[in-house]
Amino acid sequence: MTNSWTDIKNADLVIVMGGNAAEAHPCGFKWVTEAKAHRGAKLIVVDPRYNRTAAVSDYYAPIRPGTDIAWLMGMIRWMIENDKVHWEYVRNFTNAAFIVKDGFGWSDGLFSGYDPEKRDYDRSTWDYVIGADGYAEVDMTLENPRCVWQLLKQHVDVYTPEFVENITGTPADKFLHIAEMIGETAAPDKTMTSMYALGWTQHSKGSQNIRGMAMLQLILGNIGMAGGGMNALRGHSNIQGLTDMGLMSNLLTGYLSMPTEAEVDYATYMSTRNFKPLRPGQTSYWQNYSKFMVSFMKAMYGDAAQAENDWGYHWLPKLDVPNYDVLRMFELMNDGHVNLYFCQGFNPLMAFPNRGKLTSALSKLKLLVTIDPLETETARFWENHGEYNDVDTASIQTEVIQLPSTCFAEDDGSLTNSGRWLQWHWKACTPPGEAKLDTWIMAQIFTRVRELYRKEGGSVPEPILNLSWDYADEGDPTPDELAREVNGRALSTVYDTADTSKVVVEAGKQVLNFTQLRDDGSTMCGCWIYSGCWNEDGNNMARRDNEDPSGLGVYPNWTWSWPVNRRTLYNRASCDMEGKPWDPTRMVIEWNGEKWVGNDVPDISPTARPQDVGPFIMNPEGTSRLFSRGMMRDGPFPTHMEPFESPMQNVFNAEMRGNPVARVFEADVADLGTSDEFPYVGTSYRLTEHFHYWTKHNRVNSVLQPQFFVEISVELAEEKGISNGGWVRVWNKRGSVKAKAVVTKRIKPLICDGKPVHVVGVPLHWGFTGVAKKGYGPNSLTVFIGDANIETPESKAFLVNIEASEEPVA
Amino acid sequence: MNIDLSRRSFLKLAGAGVAATTLGSMGFGEAEAQELALIRPFKLATLTEIRNTCPYCSVACGIIMYSKGDVRKEQAELIHVEGDVDHPTNRGTLCPKGAALKDFVRSETRLSQPMIRRPGADKMEPISWDDALDRIARAMKDDRDENLVQFNEAGVPVNRWTTAGFLAASATTNETAWATFKAVKGMGIAGFDNQARV
Repeated sequence: MTNSWTDIKNADLVIVMGGNAAEAHPCGFKWVTEAKAHRGAKLIVVDPRYNRTAAVSDYYAPIRPGTDIAWLMGMIRWMIENDKVHWEYVRNFTNAAFIVKDGFGWSDGLFSGYDPEKRDYDRSTWDYVIGADGYAEVDMTLENPRCVWQLLKQHVDVYTPEFVENITGTPADKFLHIAEMIGETAAPDKTMTSMYALGWTQHSKGSQNIRGMAMLQLILGNIGMAGGGMNALRGHSNIQGLTDMGLMSNLLTGYLSMPTEAEVDYATYMSTRNFKPLRPGQTSYWQNYSKFMVSFMKAMYGDAAQAENDWGYHWLPKLDVPNYDVLRMFELMNDGHVNLYFCQGFNPLMAFPNRGKLTSALSKLKLLVTIDPLETETARFWENHGEYNDVDTASIQTEVIQLPSTCFAEDDGSLTNSGRWLQWHWKACTPPGEAKLDTWIMAQIFTRVRELYRKEGGSVPEPILNLSWDYADEGDPTPDELAREVNGRALSTVYDTADTSKVVVEAGKQVLNFTQLRDDGSTMCGCWIYSGCWNEDGNNMARRDNEDPSGLGVYPNWTWSWPVNRRTLYNRASCDMEGKPWDPTRMVIEWNGEKWVGNDVPDISPTARPQDVGPFIMNPEGTSRLFSRGMMRDGPFPTHMEPFESPMQNVFNAEMRGNPVARVFEADVADLGTSDEFPYVGTSYRLTEHFHYWTKHNRVNSVLQPQFFVEISVELAEEKGISNGGWVRVWNKRGSVKAKAVVTKRIKPLICDGKPVHVVGVPLHWGFTGVAKKGYGPNSLTVFIGDANIETPESKAFLVNIEASEEPVA
Repeated sequence: MNIDLSRRSFLKLAGAGVAATTLGSMGFGEAEAQELALIRPFKLATLTEIRNTCPYCSVACGIIMYSKGDVRKEQAELIHVEGDVDHPTNRGTLCPKGAALKDFVRSETRLSQPMIRRPGADKMEPISWDDALDRIARAMKDDRDENLVQFNEAGVPVNRWTTAGFLAASATTNETAWATFKAVKGMGIAGFDNQARV
């Protein structure tokens, strides 16, 4: 989230699209209720299903799963056509004025540079014209036909309300009603907040869905404002934290990136990361990259990381492919190329697509290790549960070791919520039996492997032997020790760069925050964006002062928010070019003539004059980006793409299936179905009463929602002879599930391309372990293809067939 | 319980005027009434009160956990979980998941000892922690020694281990995440993700 949960009360308009906050984030959603009740805010919901968020909305419109880009581009088109644009914001705070290279263009659903063989674009023309002065050329009148604004206008021109209706199924009159509501927030003192979740990410073009709304929000001037922003609600209690901490195959901590093998040494790695400003005087904060990277490597390898050995750069694994993401790992596993697999609090057998393929892949492992407080289907994938897990146990040669871990109630530590608050918690009870802390388990595994390398030597032992493991008890690091390492400390005395007689931080002391980090080896820091979480003031994540002096829901002294306790990202953009708040009644920060002051930590250098320095300090432009240059694989603007399995062809290009640059493994092509055979659109979602595959272990939740079901419209039920509460079978080429049918008016057929489209809703909370009735997950049916940029599987849109059926045999 | 609630800064916060009118709409008044009716003060008085946050979705509601015994000194058993009225986000409220947290912590299918399933077997059997961990370490060492890609064709050191993979848990703490990150990336495991990938 750019903003926080408590900030939502400041919104004038809330749009929930690509999520279902009332059911999936109930207590956070109460801030929408608060905005409605006391600010008079309106709530818009756009979703395939009239869900419980829709039930309390002011306006609802249906949409066909996987068509959000067409909808959002149509919305941008409408704003431009009707002059609902926050012009001063767009001109100064976005890259609307930047001139784009001549070769860039779009036709037949594709941008310039497409290579169908490689399924990739040559992105060299997707960039700015750089002038003789070394800076990007701009036209502040926005009239140059090659400026981003003119290219955007041209790009969205096709997305008329009728065109949008034809693709998305959202009736044009409803679309226009919503456009009017959204358009009002183009006023400088009106804000809209966007709340979204996996309804937008789980698509082969999920990143572009989100970009679409981010662009709309920028055009309306809603980013950086109280009650505005792009708010990713996020699914798990610490999914934000694990992403921030870089537990991803393509990341290091704090969004530093993993080296690739083309980056043959540290100098080469850094050569593409100089982040030279693209406009005069801009901050381009990533210019500090090397300070964060060297401090990270000092945290990893301690004294063994020295300038002479590139700070241990060569010990880090280097990638030969963009990502060893979960889909790739299961593909490799299924081909027999993976021997060992660890699942720490993760149940991939239910979470990833094409369960049949996952079972086949797990069966080829030598050893599967699960670390979990609960029984998981993954740990029991080899066990026969009749129709629910019909495997040939004896033929599965995988050894499985199941390690019992503690849960939240039994450990101390911090979790980062979707609003970027790092909140410390304390253990309350004794773990059951021999269950152990995850930190203990990881330390035990690591130190035992290290011991084997010490005794026996082996293949490249250096990164293991040199890994900094500086804890009072090496076999049991404490959360305090780990958190202090994440914050970082001075290894030798750090002096002011401007005045070297001035000590910034003494050797051995915790750094105040990342501004004190250096790239000369004098500091270490596990994760730079978390630096400040535990400094010499102590554990800031444990702060519990719930005062809110501004009344804006800032709570500046409640726990700690990254970065540097800033609660609203890009908050400089909440003020005009003179530094005056667009809305003085919701002042986040303001310029007092000398510096930035106010109710939040300024997201800009405190003394940067508002006329000189742009608000988007992480970007070398100093602005946000309506045109994302070559940074995304599938285009600098979002363009409509159908899901890989869709009831209609891409209207731009009948040959194009799904996202033209998404990675598709050869083995999965035959498993893709067409609407001739599988005419209905499946989509997956959560229920209020359950959390993923955890709460089916909880008797209370299992009573509240005891049984797997699928949700279909009255019309489809009549067409297929299905009764409410009757058994149905839902299937496609990848799998088949049996469920109770919930026949509901909450889902209605949509008209797309002149034909009715029926949606089959598949909730995701059942399996074959726990106390609830056995059932299936949607992943028996979902497509094994991910988003073109980040490989999140396309679980929100797939094709199925459905028929009346009989109860399964357990 | 009533005295306890009154003491908390929550009511002070409400008195500041910002939130006062929202209390009813958040269902708090009713919750207090229910607590008064149902909870016997003498029972809670003997329990240890601990602050925590809900482990489910990423709203991260504040909760108060009541345990029989103080886990910092002795065995402690979780008795009751309720919303933390001091918490700015949820102000004491919980959803149907959070309200049932105690039964998650104490569910019958919580794991209590390491188990092993041998190749082809149709049952799991207990294994000691030491044996399990040694077995895992041995398997990792042997596989890494055999399959670590030390150099690519151009002779660049790449230290990439792709025959082992690790999925980390997005419900663990940042501190667990850091320990996990160090151990996993430190050994060179390339296939390393968490639920953010889903």
